Amino acid sequence: MPALTNIEELNKLRDEARENKTDREENKTTIILGMGTCGIAAGANDVATAIHSELKKHKIEAEVISVGCIGMCHNEPLVDIQQPGLPRVTYAKVKPKMVGKIIEKHLVQGEYNKRWIYGQLSSGNGKSLEGIPAYDELPFYNKQVRIALRNCGIIDPESIEDYLASGGYGGLSKVLFEMEQIDVIEELKDSGLRGRGGAGFLTGMKWEFCMRAKGYPKYIICNADEGDPGAFMDRSVLEGDPHALLEGMIIAGYAIGAPEGYIYCRAEYPLAIERLKIAIEQANELGLLGENILGSGYSFNLKIKEGAGAFVCGEETALIASIEGKRGEPRPRPPYPAVSGLWGKPTNVNNVKSFAITSQIMVNGADWFNSIGTKKSTGTAVFALTGKIEHTGLVEVPMGITLREIIYDIGGGIPDKKQFKAVQTGGPLGGCLPMEALDTPVDFDSLTEAGATMGSGGMIVVDQETCMVEFARYFLTFASAESCGKCVPCRIGGQRLLEVLTRITDGEGKPDDLDEIERISEYMREGSLCALGQLTPGPVISSLRFFREEYEAHINEKFCEAGVCAGMFTYEIDPELCVGCGLCVKPCPVNAITGEKKAPHVIDQALCIQCGACYDVCNLDAIPIKRKPELKLEEPA
Amino acid sequence: MEKASIDVGLLEPILLEYRDQKGAVIPILQRAQDLYGYLPEEAMIEIAKKSRISISQLYGIATFYAQFNLEPRGRHIISICDGTACHVRGAPKLVTAVEEKLNLVAGGSDPDYKYTLEIVYCLGSCGLAPIALVNDQVYGNTTPDTLVEKVMDLD
Repeated sequence: MPALTNIEELNKLRDEARENKTDREENKTTIILGMGTCGIAAGANDVATAIHSELKKHKIEAEVISVGCIGMCHNEPLVDIQQPGLPRVTYAKVKPKMVGKIIEKHLVQGEYNKRWIYGQLSSGNGKSLEGIPAYDELPFYNKQVRIALRNCGIIDPESIEDYLASGGYGGLSKVLFEMEQIDVIEELKDSGLRGRGGAGFLTGMKWEFCMRAKGYPKYIICNADEGDPGAFMDRSVLEGDPHALLEGMIIAGYAIGAPEGYIYCRAEYPLAIERLKIAIEQANELGLLGENILGSGYSFNLKIKEGAGAFVCGEETALIASIEGKRGEPRPRPPYPAVSGLWGKPTNVNNVKSFAITSQIMVNGADWFNSIGTKKSTGTAVFALTGKIEHTGLVEVPMGITLREIIYDIGGGIPDKKQFKAVQTGGPLGGCLPMEALDTPVDFDSLTEAGATMGSGGMIVVDQETCMVEFARYFLTFASAESCGKCVPCRIGGQRLLEVLTRITDGEGKPDDLDEIERISEYMREGSLCALGQLTPGPVISSLRFFREEYEAHINEKFCEAGVCAGMFTYEIDPELCVGCGLCVKPCPVNAITGEKKAPHVIDQALCIQCGACYDVCNLDAIPIKRKPELKLEEPA
Repeated sequence: MEKASIDVGLLEPILLEYRDQKGAVIPILQRAQDLYGYLPEEAMIEIAKKSRISISQLYGIATFYAQFNLEPRGRHIISICDGTACHVRGAPKLVTAVEEKLNLVAGGSDPDYKYTLEIVYCLGSCGLAPIALVNDQVYGNTTPDTLVEKVMDLD
């Protein structure tokens, strides 16, 4: 395609793209496959192969499109069928062996197998199908407001025409031709957008600092180093709607006066990197990147830098050091990157989602954005809801919604009839909140007040089978290993904290340990150079605040009520609940269970190795976790 | 295992490509690792020389980032994610199962360099935890049995 030299040509291309899309929707059959990394992890590749084979078998002409993830991880692999003039019908949890029946029934016989159908997504022509719920009637979607994720799972991320048809690059056109730099910044400030990377600093203000700073060239950097275990929101945008990121970065470049930008993407996201490369190539080809964009006089170039596996490079100054080819060690601030960043020049670093939202704010206005959410946390937040939850996936909700609504209404609650115990927010540098905090509204300040953090949006739910002490130890293992090592409070403090937690989970906790945890945590919070060290104690301090009895039981009674810490619990059959079915006898690797048929069985504690096989297999919850009895044991043979 | 002799001439085109870029040492190391499968000492010396940085500085960079391997790895790489969601949904049991079956310890390779087992922290598919990667193929909702089966299927 030849490069676009002015806005009229862009509008014409967009109109053509819209016409082609409408034509396809009205006249052709399209099959849409969820091929984000998560869809692939669920087996989407095999499903795709089956679909192509079935279409060939029945000689059906259909266009097959791959899209990114629409956020319904619990229902992957997802296959949508859109027939001429009709809405998209979504089939959930599709296995290759189901494909034959789906194609035959839907496309040959014109019938819908309701058992396998999740819902219908209208294409805007008003038509809807009887008996199939619309997405916005379904609990997973009906409270969501999708702004950053607006196109994910909807458009083909490798098609710039699809992006244009959905209104893409409309924000950029408006900014380049109807707004001065300061207008863009004022609009962003008025919108109240706070950085979606987790720190929650006012994005408009950050852009203003950089715009006003002296120095040239200036740089725009996208932090796509989403390193928080449990977080994959940015991955979804990168894989599912990469042009949204590009458009936001070009807008930022214009507002700040930067000619160059970098997307720093973690190497663990190869599909995201591939999609970004394609998107940048397409934008360059069309002249939406490069010299004299759309004839506006503004030039902007984007490059990709791959991360190399260092969690700390999610910290902006460490990220900058990495782009400079150094060890990813943070620097003291001030000076802030806005004033002195990459190569000592004014640099603006923002998260993927912050950029993805920007074009929408420019198109719809600041008032639109700040009418959503709360006064101090405007707009929406994207959460990766995972762990012990029915509906795992990505959700984008207005700020101010409660944890309870997210976990129970959208998330469907805890599976397998287990009990909610805690929710970890903010990733490994965040905090965990107990049941009592479920009515906390989700926004930057309320979560911090409650004892956790928003972070970049990871939300992991755990049930009674998680030991909060071991959970804290797990986070410390991660954070202390990822310490860059530059400053003592983090490098040494993290190790010492981990030692204390390990002692406690090994059954060797001492009465002073809880004070020791608080002492080391305070030093790390006060003395660390960057947020990694400052926030490493977050999970342990918050779990100590809300689950202190669990810590005390580990230390004083050597008891782990969740049945996780080895040697600190045992299993005992409850004679009142056991019906003597004998299901637990065979799985026991040490033959510790005996009993008559239909009579309560018994576990010989001298033999029991606490492997949990009997616990897992009992259908009546008749084998509770108990304190280890005092036993006089010989040395094991 | 005897280490094959390293042809540093293969680095020429890479070094040339990045010659004029500031701070390109990390992409150079990434491309070198793609080429050799790991970062051999001979390659490191050549890269340090051509990039005009000291060998100690270069090792400082290579050892900082988890992606870089200074030792050869097995033909088949098995990566088990122990990110928070995977951890909570049973990743440790996956690790134990593969360790026991292949008789090696996570982080290492078997003596014949057929397999390398590593633990990684978050591949970003947390909705389908627990996740395992077997040579670039991502698998979700894995169990110890299904993962061991996939590993044993490798030739």
